[in-house]
Amino acid sequence: MSATSVLHTPVPLEQARSAATNEPALMRWLLIALALIFLTLFLFIPLASVFYEALKKGGDVYLKALQEPDALSAIQLTLITAAIAVPANLVFGVAAAWAIAKFEFRGKSVLITLIDLPFAVSPVISGLIYVLLFGAQGWFGPWLQAHDIKIIFAVPGIVLATVFVTFPFVARELIPLMQAQGAEEEEAAVALGASGWQTLWRVTLPNVKWGLVYGVILCNARAMGEFGAVSVVSGHIRGMTNTMPLHVEILYNEYNFAAAFAVASILALLALVTLAAKSFVEWRFGHDQQTSIEEHAA
Amino acid sequence: MGATRQILLTRHSVLPGFGLALGFTLLYLSLIVLIPLSATFFKTATMGWGAFWEAVTTPRVLASLRLTFGASLIAALINAVFGLLVAWVLVRYRFFGKRLIDALVDLPFALPTAVAGIALTTLYATNGLIGHWLDQYGIKVAFTPLGIVVALTFIGLPFVVRTVQPVLEDIEAELEEAAACLGANRLQTFVRIILPAIGPALLTGFALAFARAIGEYGSVVFIAGNMPMISEIAPLLIITKLEQYDYAGATAIAVVMLVISFLLLLAINLLQWWSSNRTKSNR
Repeated sequence: MSATSVLHTPVPLEQARSAATNEPALMRWLLIALALIFLTLFLFIPLASVFYEALKKGGDVYLKALQEPDALSAIQLTLITAAIAVPANLVFGVAAAWAIAKFEFRGKSVLITLIDLPFAVSPVISGLIYVLLFGAQGWFGPWLQAHDIKIIFAVPGIVLATVFVTFPFVARELIPLMQAQGAEEEEAAVALGASGWQTLWRVTLPNVKWGLVYGVILCNARAMGEFGAVSVVSGHIRGMTNTMPLHVEILYNEYNFAAAFAVASILALLALVTLAAKSFVEWRFGHDQQTSIEEHAA
Repeated sequence: MGATRQILLTRHSVLPGFGLALGFTLLYLSLIVLIPLSATFFKTATMGWGAFWEAVTTPRVLASLRLTFGASLIAALINAVFGLLVAWVLVRYRFFGKRLIDALVDLPFALPTAVAGIALTTLYATNGLIGHWLDQYGIKVAFTPLGIVVALTFIGLPFVVRTVQPVLEDIEAELEEAAACLGANRLQTFVRIILPAIGPALLTGFALAFARAIGEYGSVVFIAGNMPMISEIAPLLIITKLEQYDYAGATAIAVVMLVISFLLLLAINLLQWWSSNRTKSNR
């Protein structure tokens, strides 16, 4: 439920403040020091410790932990899951934003709230709901068993749970962006004879490309890192239904700390790449906004 | 498609694809979110009220709910105070590495919770870097309820910073200059001028951090110790009940948590509506 993750333009550097509206230097340094101590304790040391613990026993142990067959299959399953969940939610996000931003209809605000719903649900409950539907004692359990289809404790369940927890990411970036841009450009394209698909490909999507990329980056990070929901539906079968975060848990609970942190360090690296990409997109988006403002002014 | 247009659309549009886009949106939303979520409520409905009440009022369930909400509340309060401080420092002051730190504040959004969990546990265990130091003063963090608060503080950290930051950036310097001219000192200006202006955003950030903490599982299970009645959070109890094939018991706890989460979501939406109305009327 990160209402805060919506793409916004970075603001220009702070203007110089006069002495009357600024704190004394001592107070300033005290506040900065306090904030940095808090962030160091809760953010920087934990992040650094992941890499420290991973490499503590040397590069050989590190590489061996990553080349182990179970680790490789966990990496593979994580990639497969994200490769299905992210495009599925991308298509949904574009469709939902098209309907919501370009048309006026009844019940729109209810629909927007419902799209955000998965962010308000505990990851564990996100897994539980699919167990209630497709588990052995679930609604469709007997039918699935009769037809020899496995969803829970198998890959389809993991994909479903991941799709659920990453459901709103792309839609919630695109909806406000496309609402702000209005429908004039699309209406002009249609009036000039473009088909609906041409309008979507040539006009709408290029206009929202940074919002789209932003949503996909966040969606992908969550899809690859999800733990709680996937843990409920996975069944933790080594080499079969373990994603990377679940593999980290198993290794850690076996007191194989070096290997656990080695796999964790890949996920931490992914998080850092995500943050870097996110900052880049925010910067580019701000840059484009600036140029378009200047173009309009000229 | 034509029928959907006529029934739902309140304003005619020349753009095509409304029926297809809305139809797909509703179908996907129903299949992935609405129908599965409603399964929890149908499941509890088949239990009957008496069995449901019995399931959610056992001492173990009550203890886990109390712990989940108590720890989440403390963590959200810590984040409200320090999140405001971090936002303030990032908006108002210049210092070395500010941009990097600003980007890293979002780390808890991006870092998988299991990774955060094992990192915090290793650090705050009695033989860990921070835990070892705290242990000398007799403070044990890992495998106690205090550890849960630490994990929940970590995962809720960006919410307050990111909701307060833009509002703080928007406060006009003239407002504070006027206060200074009228003889207010900095503390008075902060309490009387700045705090009321960022109040709704601060409250929203607090509620978001609180709501996120209630459902959190991955970062907590490693550090909590998971002792029934002492350090067992509600999401973990759901998993324990599922592993014992007590689907009804697990679902009953889930329904209690869902209802509270939805109420919180409603409160957050109202807060954001209030806060955006305020900024609009100020302009």
